[in-house]
Amino acid sequence: MKPGSTSAACTALLRRDLVLVWRRRGDALTPLLFALIVVALFPLAIGAQADTLRHVAAGIVFVATLLAGLLALDTLFRGDYEDGSLEQLVLSPHPLSLLLACKIAVHWLTTALPLIAISPLLGELLYLDPALRTLLPLALLLTTPLLSLIGAVCVALTVGMQRSGMLLALLVLPLYVPVLIFGAGACNAAQMGLPFLAPLLWLAAGLVLALVLAPLACAAALRISIS
Amino acid sequence: MNALTLWFHRIGSPPTFHRIATAVQPWCYAIAFVLGIVGLYGGLVLAPRDYQQGDAYRIIFIHVPCAWMGLFAYAFMAVNAFVALVWRIKLSEVLAMASAPVGAAFTFITLVTGSLWGKPMWGTWWTWDARLTSELFLLFLYFGVIGLYHAIEDRRQAARAASFLALVGVVNLPIVHFSVNWWNTLHQGSTVRLLGPSKIDASMLWPLLLMAVATHLWFFGSVLARTRAGLVELDAGKDWVRTLALARAE
Repeated sequence: MKPGSTSAACTALLRRDLVLVWRRRGDALTPLLFALIVVALFPLAIGAQADTLRHVAAGIVFVATLLAGLLALDTLFRGDYEDGSLEQLVLSPHPLSLLLACKIAVHWLTTALPLIAISPLLGELLYLDPALRTLLPLALLLTTPLLSLIGAVCVALTVGMQRSGMLLALLVLPLYVPVLIFGAGACNAAQMGLPFLAPLLWLAAGLVLALVLAPLACAAALRISIS
Repeated sequence: MNALTLWFHRIGSPPTFHRIATAVQPWCYAIAFVLGIVGLYGGLVLAPRDYQQGDAYRIIFIHVPCAWMGLFAYAFMAVNAFVALVWRIKLSEVLAMASAPVGAAFTFITLVTGSLWGKPMWGTWWTWDARLTSELFLLFLYFGVIGLYHAIEDRRQAARAASFLALVGVVNLPIVHFSVNWWNTLHQGSTVRLLGPSKIDASMLWPLLLMAVATHLWFFGSVLARTRAGLVELDAGKDWVRTLALARAE
């Protein structure tokens, strides 16, 4: 790998972002705790009957993951924006969309993957249907990268703002609707014993499309908000 | 430069557009008002009762044109947003941002009248039906665009960011519609078609079409008014605004 080449830049960026997350590993746990607490609130609010909870378990896990991901989105560019390295990324000669794709990948690895790892635990808290034990993490594995990619486009638009939390939710959540419908829809169909492959395939198709288009859109959005 | 591009550039300059908009806007409102009165009279008084829904169906003379306008306004906003981002035309930024609140208002009216109609017909104010849900998320998309526009200090940068969001929404809107359709459906299918015969009687169709024309004109009148204000705000301090203000003060 030649120094100065695009692949070297991407590797350096990946390593740097991973090291930054590792040095503040406490912060990386916050989305997990948040999802755990949100899931724990539901039995308190709607009663602890196993039947009721089992009926809505997959949906609650999906919404909890989605909200935890939404909270974590804010950290995607904030640190880099504050210390000025984001502007250096924009100015660098390498394709910005590729660099952003690296950042999104690290962000997904460090925030969404742990959530998928604890999703069986979240499911058990809500007496998840045994038939869904393998399907739920699989569906999350397809949904969460989509959520990260779509979310990154919106975060790029709000990057310079002081209090962007509520606005970010307003921008992102309408775009999350199809993902949620297909992801949770697959689980609900499986729970009722219906075929569930079609929504998963739709999700996979959407993921392929977003993998190509979202970094480009993210780069365009970032160029608008840092100008 | 040929005549067409010259005309295009001229109309795209804020002073010229402001002058044209000032002349056109009252006409839009006036014709929309007259057509609206005639259309409402035709719809609420002249049109026969529906054999199945009785008088309750008459809300479609408000509901359906507003629903069309909600989508039309989004399309209008998206086209202007595209022009604003690609060719960096200041006028298009202002036009796109002017149509967002108007479109949101039409979408909101659609939701309210729809739920008023739903209570006697379906027995409930709200159902999680595909069309209702996608209409609701259309409203949220409008709110997102408006919210982003007002959250950024610099007006032109705000307009560009919000325009970009509007374009992302264009990609998303059919997907939302498709996904909720797949998810749940109760709403009746379309009865008015552009091509082929409509499934609605002519005595009910003409007031509906008249109302549609009236809402379009009202939309343009409202967008022109907002654009005029937006242009003056954006160009405050420029010569043409100063002469305008001085002429107004005399």
